[in-house]
Amino acid sequence: MSVALTKTATLADKVWERHVVRRREGEPDLLYVDLHLVHEVTSAQAFDGLRLGGRRVRRPDLTLATMDHNVPTDAKQPDDLAQQQIDALVRNCAEFGVRLYPLGSPEQGIVHVISPQLGLTQPGMLIVCGDSHTSTHGAFGAIAFGIGTSEVEHVLATQTLWQARPERMAVTVDGALPPDVSAKDVILGIIARIGVSGGQGAIVEYRGSAIRALSMEGRMTVCNMSIEAGARAGMVAPDDVTFAYLEGRPYAPKGPLWEQALDEWRGLATDDGAAFDREVRIDARELRPYVTWGTNPGQAATIDGAVPDPDGFEDPGRREAAKRALAYQSLRPGTPIRDIAVDAVFIGSCTNARIEDLRAAAGVVAGRSVRSGLRALVVPGSARVKEQAEREGLDRVFREAGFEWRSAGCSMCLGMNPDVLRPGERCASTSNRNFEGRQGPGGRTHLVSPVVAAATAIKGTFALPGDLR
Amino acid sequence: MEAVTRVAGRALPLGRADVDTDQIIPASYLKRIGRTGFEDGLFAAWRRDPAFVLNDERYRGASILVAGPNFGCGSSREHAVWALRDAGFRAVVAPSFADIFRGNCLRTGLVPVRLEQADVDRLLRTVERDPSTEIEVDVVEGRVRSPGAGIDAPLDLDEFARNRLVEGLDDIGLTLRHEAAITAHEAQRAEWRPTVPVAGGGAR
Repeated sequence: MSVALTKTATLADKVWERHVVRRREGEPDLLYVDLHLVHEVTSAQAFDGLRLGGRRVRRPDLTLATMDHNVPTDAKQPDDLAQQQIDALVRNCAEFGVRLYPLGSPEQGIVHVISPQLGLTQPGMLIVCGDSHTSTHGAFGAIAFGIGTSEVEHVLATQTLWQARPERMAVTVDGALPPDVSAKDVILGIIARIGVSGGQGAIVEYRGSAIRALSMEGRMTVCNMSIEAGARAGMVAPDDVTFAYLEGRPYAPKGPLWEQALDEWRGLATDDGAAFDREVRIDARELRPYVTWGTNPGQAATIDGAVPDPDGFEDPGRREAAKRALAYQSLRPGTPIRDIAVDAVFIGSCTNARIEDLRAAAGVVAGRSVRSGLRALVVPGSARVKEQAEREGLDRVFREAGFEWRSAGCSMCLGMNPDVLRPGERCASTSNRNFEGRQGPGGRTHLVSPVVAAATAIKGTFALPGDLR
Repeated sequence: MEAVTRVAGRALPLGRADVDTDQIIPASYLKRIGRTGFEDGLFAAWRRDPAFVLNDERYRGASILVAGPNFGCGSSREHAVWALRDAGFRAVVAPSFADIFRGNCLRTGLVPVRLEQADVDRLLRTVERDPSTEIEVDVVEGRVRSPGAGIDAPLDLDEFARNRLVEGLDDIGLTLRHEAAITAHEAQRAEWRPTVPVAGGGAR
């Protein structure tokens, strides 16, 4: 079963091998799931399936639920359908014995924000959730990926999943990041280079000194958007930064168990000389703050750049896609990015709504005012992040600048709850997807880092903090 | 899952690359808690354009979608597969699929058919010229054929996935045959691994 471990192995190999329940030539592996995160939108049909089959949840103690996608982030009531979905989750969790952090709980929040902050997400684990941004948890050296509802039901019933072995891909970013270049720009820069299917079929390990230098929040931002490169998952080897983040958190091991866990975790890093199927190297000094201009996360320009001319793309598929994207986004080739005016700014989502993101954005807006006529929203990733930010006075900084200060949820990331763009509205967003209509039908999304979003809210056009007077 | 042994019918040509699941079904259609009735959400935004191919009468009743590479990228929503099935599609042909979408297809009985880009291009051109072009996906034999487009290619599915489609097997039932192996794996779980306190009422 552990053949691959007799030679040098990658981080992904080591974690994968430790979770193989059954392996047979010509079949996918049956993998054990250490933690299954559940939310309201992709679980109702799975619980129904269990009921129909007369099955129970095998390991409610390895399952955690919250509500995030569908919930309002202000005092408004959810619509009837949304309320039914929320009620269904409450009912299902009660019936099947699953721990739920509902709206109003101090632990509620975006599923990928709450698990790490509770210390539930730990190195070497296998974590799944019916949400593609589950890749976030790979920042701790876990294998974590999104699954569909049928698989959610399968994991609830068996605590396992059938998965074909992915390829191993290394993305190495070496060197010091230039000023104003954040973790968000690192991942946008990677996707701009490898494309939205560049990671297809692979688990990506992010390596190199620029990745090592990132905080856990930054590493989560990078791993979060692995799925935007089409990767099965993204990972960073656990190190002292990881351990320092975890120590003392509610679900982290304590006392002698902490030492045992550390021994295991320190052995997870990729061995010297281990082979990857694909390798990409990026010089950190070449990265700049990015702004997406198109309708997929790979269509990005640096903030100093301009909207590209579709005719400049050699590949006919990319050329057509760029033409359609510019028509949808109502942008003309050659327009400098800094000349594009926005109607809305959204700071939030599982990509960029952790405390570090809010601090960075608050640092830019402090003492300044949101451009008049512009709608600006800050939505903390969890109730705990909100509480922490309020303790630090960040809520006041944002409110005084003219931002709305909301409660935790996915909010304007996905156009499902009441927070949506109006048709034709243009938004600078710290979220992860700029697909057509993603933030509401007809809405136009530009993905940016928290500091660019903050500076843009003040200036009204895409800007860096240094562009503000 | 119901067994799928063969899909045969006319095709809908959607020659775009990187079609994401937000286009296949926007999030506002994901609030329903049943497993059927998602056809209204299928390509809901694109369908508002009268020129969109799904509104073209000549393709009414098509059961096979032919699309560009990286089909189904983005969100893991299985609703995308449900919406395609609810609208009458039984197979999707593309040069490549996003991983999660492909997994969802295989678990829901929508056959993901991977063909070479050149074959997909030829199929698209043929179907655009002649909407009556027939495609046959023989899951049992493992072949894809469209004589009108000059295609006779192997169905790129591993035996495991192909068998499950053909037998319409209940994944969970199959997995539970390995109950002993699962229990043995659980017995080796390190003591320091986290567990979540179970909610009141206990397991069903």
